[in-house]
Amino acid sequence: MQASKWFDICDKSILSPNTGVCALVDGKQIAVFWESKNDQLYAISNYCPFSKTHSLSRGLIGDSKGELLVASPLYKQRFSLQTGQCLDDQAISVPVYPVRETKGRIEISLD
Amino acid sequence: MQRIIVVGNGMVGHRFIDEALTQSESFQLTTFSEEPRLAYDRVQLSSYFSGATVDDLMMTSESYYDEKGVEYFVNDRVASIDRSAKTITTAQGRTESYDKLVLATGSTPFVPPIPRPDDEAAKQHILVYRTIEDLEAMKASAKQSKVGVVIGGGLLGLEAAKALKDLGLQTHVVEFAPRLMAVQIDQSGGDILRSKIEELGVHVHTDKNTQAIEPGEDTRYLMKFADGSVLETDMILFSAGIRPQDKLARDCELAIGPRGGIAINDQCQTSDPDIYAVGECALWDGKIFGLVAPGYSMAKVASAHLSGDAAASFQGADMSTKLKLMGVDVASIGDAHAQTEGALSYSLCDEAKQVYKKVVTNAAGDKLLGAILVGDASDYGAWLQLYLNDMTLPVAPEYLLVPSTEEGAASAGMGVEALPDTAQICSCYDVTKGQIAQAVKDGATTMADIKSCTGAATGCGGCSALANQVLNSELEKLGVEVSSAICEHFDYSRQELADIVKVKQIRSFEQLLKECGSGHGCEICKPAVGSILASFWNDYVLEDEHIGLQDTNDIFLGNMQKDGTYSVVPRIAGGEITPDMLMVIAEVAKEFDLYTKITGGQRIDLFGAQLHELPLIWQKLCDAGFETGHAYGKSVRTVKSCVGSTWCRYGVQDSVGMAILLENRYKGLRSPHKLKFAVSGCTRECAEAQSKDIGVIATDAGWALYVCGNGGMRPRHADLFASDLDDVTLMRYIDRILMFYVRTADRLQRTSVWMENLEGGLDYLKQVVIEDSLNLCDELEADMSRVVENYQCEWKTTLSDDKKLQRFRQFVNADGSDPQLQYVRERGQRRPATEDERRIDIVEVR
Ligand code: SRM
Ligand SMILES: Cc1cc2nc3c(=O)[nH]c(=O)nc-3n(C[C@H](O)[C@H](O)[C@H](O)COP(=O)(O)OP(=O)(O)OC[C@H]3O[C@@H](n4cnc5c(N)ncnc54)[C@H](O)[C@@H]3O)c2cc1C
Ligand code: SF4
Ligand code: FES
Repeated sequence: MQASKWFDICDKSILSPNTGVCALVDGKQIAVFWESKNDQLYAISNYCPFSKTHSLSRGLIGDSKGELLVASPLYKQRFSLQTGQCLDDQAISVPVYPVRETKGRIEISLD
Repeated sequence: MQRIIVVGNGMVGHRFIDEALTQSESFQLTTFSEEPRLAYDRVQLSSYFSGATVDDLMMTSESYYDEKGVEYFVNDRVASIDRSAKTITTAQGRTESYDKLVLATGSTPFVPPIPRPDDEAAKQHILVYRTIEDLEAMKASAKQSKVGVVIGGGLLGLEAAKALKDLGLQTHVVEFAPRLMAVQIDQSGGDILRSKIEELGVHVHTDKNTQAIEPGEDTRYLMKFADGSVLETDMILFSAGIRPQDKLARDCELAIGPRGGIAINDQCQTSDPDIYAVGECALWDGKIFGLVAPGYSMAKVASAHLSGDAAASFQGADMSTKLKLMGVDVASIGDAHAQTEGALSYSLCDEAKQVYKKVVTNAAGDKLLGAILVGDASDYGAWLQLYLNDMTLPVAPEYLLVPSTEEGAASAGMGVEALPDTAQICSCYDVTKGQIAQAVKDGATTMADIKSCTGAATGCGGCSALANQVLNSELEKLGVEVSSAICEHFDYSRQELADIVKVKQIRSFEQLLKECGSGHGCEICKPAVGSILASFWNDYVLEDEHIGLQDTNDIFLGNMQKDGTYSVVPRIAGGEITPDMLMVIAEVAKEFDLYTKITGGQRIDLFGAQLHELPLIWQKLCDAGFETGHAYGKSVRTVKSCVGSTWCRYGVQDSVGMAILLENRYKGLRSPHKLKFAVSGCTRECAEAQSKDIGVIATDAGWALYVCGNGGMRPRHADLFASDLDDVTLMRYIDRILMFYVRTADRLQRTSVWMENLEGGLDYLKQVVIEDSLNLCDELEADMSRVVENYQCEWKTTLSDDKKLQRFRQFVNADGSDPQLQYVRERGQRRPATEDERRIDIVEVR
């Protein structure tokens, strides 16, 4: 097995609690969210297949029965932050990416 | 493989195909449509005039049929049937053989043989109302017409009249019978319906027998009636009933009823057992059913019978209906005209409230046989269930009519528990109470669950209130508590949350969640609580503890547009602006190449700004003295003004000055929904104050205050709250009204809807605000002063905070813009490229 390649993104202090930012990684737009209560990071594609815009990082995060989600800012479809599955349309999901914090820096992998 | 051909792809033909697809895999289905498209929702046809598109109306699609292996031909009419060869031949010359044939040809509008012009113009202006093409013809004719007449005052005629009204025509309805909707309701009900419809500006003529249509002088046509009267009009729409489309069946000698209709048995077979007929073309037990639900039942029976279920049988259908015609509720149940032997009628005619109710019972007075409701149909669901399930009446019949008495209250509280499990809740999808109860036992807890596992409430939607009641009562039975909770994270309504925030002085979402909630929150409760906190404390909305609560727009202090960019709307209080300030806007728009438009709210909107541009743009605007316009917030938007006494020869007060005063006082006030004001300088009302949440109109002696008006989706005329107020009293009343609204309204409830739901209505609000009946006014005013004192321009605050500014970038780790944005220039400005115009479609694949 090959070790994952991690891309350095930014300092964690830049993030605001319970919101997202968009990172450009190898040409891909990736939405990174910081859920502050349990201090968790999540990364999913920034592309919203409903509005066909790169905007998910600007959605509101919350949970539905414990499942953490982001609601698309334009038309409010919800996506699981863990799996990328759309909670309002079974047929739709968006890619998720590994994300971690290393010494105060956010890192993303494309694997 | 049985080869089945379905002639006609209307609502019922399509439903048959859908049923057949679920029943058996061994059908090979082919369908022909005379219309240029596959099935669409005829029942919702009128919504085409209120913005629905053909796509919205479609009930199926070519790709769905392709996927399911259904063969289809549109624009091809089946012209003949050869029963011995078992083939059909189409107008385009195609011949196909069948094992079984299903006729679903529907009906055509009946056009009485009235002498009338028969030239090219008549084809454009004398029309019917049944297909999308008919609607397009109406639209085209309306563009060249001022007056329109609908012949026929039945259900469809009134819907057509609404359409003409929406198209901006002076509208008349001409009815042969002495009342409207003669089939469904009686004279007293018809009278109330008539006066309500006339109030909406539609002219109603009953007892009119049209004898001739001739060319007119000032208008295109002149209609002549048997009583000697005449009516001038530019277009005419026939809606005088329907005739079953049975010509095909007639030509191949199937049994036909004496007044038309293809005769069928309980299995929906015609006189040829290999040929079925379903929907409006079919005649069962001497009856044609002009509604879609019976057609759907027939489709179900026919497809079950074809798949070998010999027991499947059509047993007739209930023709009870509930409609909203031009905003007027009308309902009729069962034997509305009391034609049953020994039937007794009870009625209530409330002319003040314009409500008519009638119940028809058996001789013993303990079973409901029929009913009529006009003006208020809220009893329909409960009564229909009493009727359909042959239930013993819970109270004496007269008490059904007046549910505000104690006995009546008992009847209102009868609720859905009393219904048997066999009671049909959704007629579109034939879902019973028992099926919903079972779904709940199997784990359904929300309406969304019920919809997806039973199909209930996914058709016309008319049953959703009842289905929801069944859901709640079943949940309660299982010991699940049902509440008015805002969402799964709080067991409280918005109003209760507002009280908790106020009383416990809660300053953040986290604190409130700890106090009385659970989980992380969601896209429903977060913005609602964010708004409550802002209404009371007016903190900076991008503060760390608030930022995660803000909806799409507030979070970047701009309105997100369809392509993910933002709009910029500086405040232009009262619509007054100096040439120098205009130049600043022009310069900024030019520099950033922003699409520029005057809004409907008397200010200027600049579109197409990207995240990283927003601070640069706002820096320039703020430096010049502009403030944020809060176009993004659920908050005070604009105070529209007319020019008033300063220039206008009629003005009696300085409306611009008052508008600016009000806008500056209330700007930044976050509320359950947006708030719009206007101030007019005299009774001519050029600022349209009576369509605003808060409307002020100058009088000789001061100001008249109007409240709770609304433009938009469902316009509401504002109510006069008080007159001849001086400036100070005016503002004091507005302070109190707004703060009371902020405290008690539901989330996303405009003042208009709030007022309509406020118990005691306008009078109650007057008592609270003018007489201080709740002893609350001091507190309301203090709350408002706090908001006014804590006002800040959110953009100014943001511009001075480097950390906040870091958020305004497309990428947190790189400069640059979203490469997906593409623009096209049109009329000298840029706009987002349409999907077709995009050169490359960027779809992310991993
Ligand atoms: C820009 C503007 C149209 C224009 O180009 O003229 C506009 C644009 C939008 N309107 Fe509006 N409305 C605009 C004047 C109006 C008016 C006219 C007025 O204010 O006098 C009305 C009817 C008056 C009323 O509200 O009673 C109006 C009734 C609505 C409604 C229906 C509200 C209702 O309760 O019926 C919505 C939908 C909603 O809020 O839920 C809406 C929603 C919207 C949204 C927010 C839709 C959206 O979510 O994207 C649009 C935001 C565009 C943006 O990014 O700026 N807009 N909208 C107007 C901005 C005025 C301003 O200067 O702030
Ligand atoms: C404006 C309007 C409002 C209505 N509102 C309501 C309502 O509120 N509630 C309600 O229950 N009902 C309502 N109805 C009635 C409802 O639309 C009908 O009951 C329903 O559409 C009947 O379905 P159907 O499939 O039998 O007929 P249709 O939907 O008329 O379909 C028949 C199709 O067959 C095609 N066809 C006919 N002959 C041939 C042939 N030889 N070859 C190929 N194709 C052929 C026709 O062109 C048509 O497309 C409304 C109708 C209208 C027009
Ligand atoms: S500006 Fe208003 S009316 Fe126009 S499209 Fe947007 S919401 Fe609809
Ligand atoms: S009755 Fe039409 S959807 Fe249920």
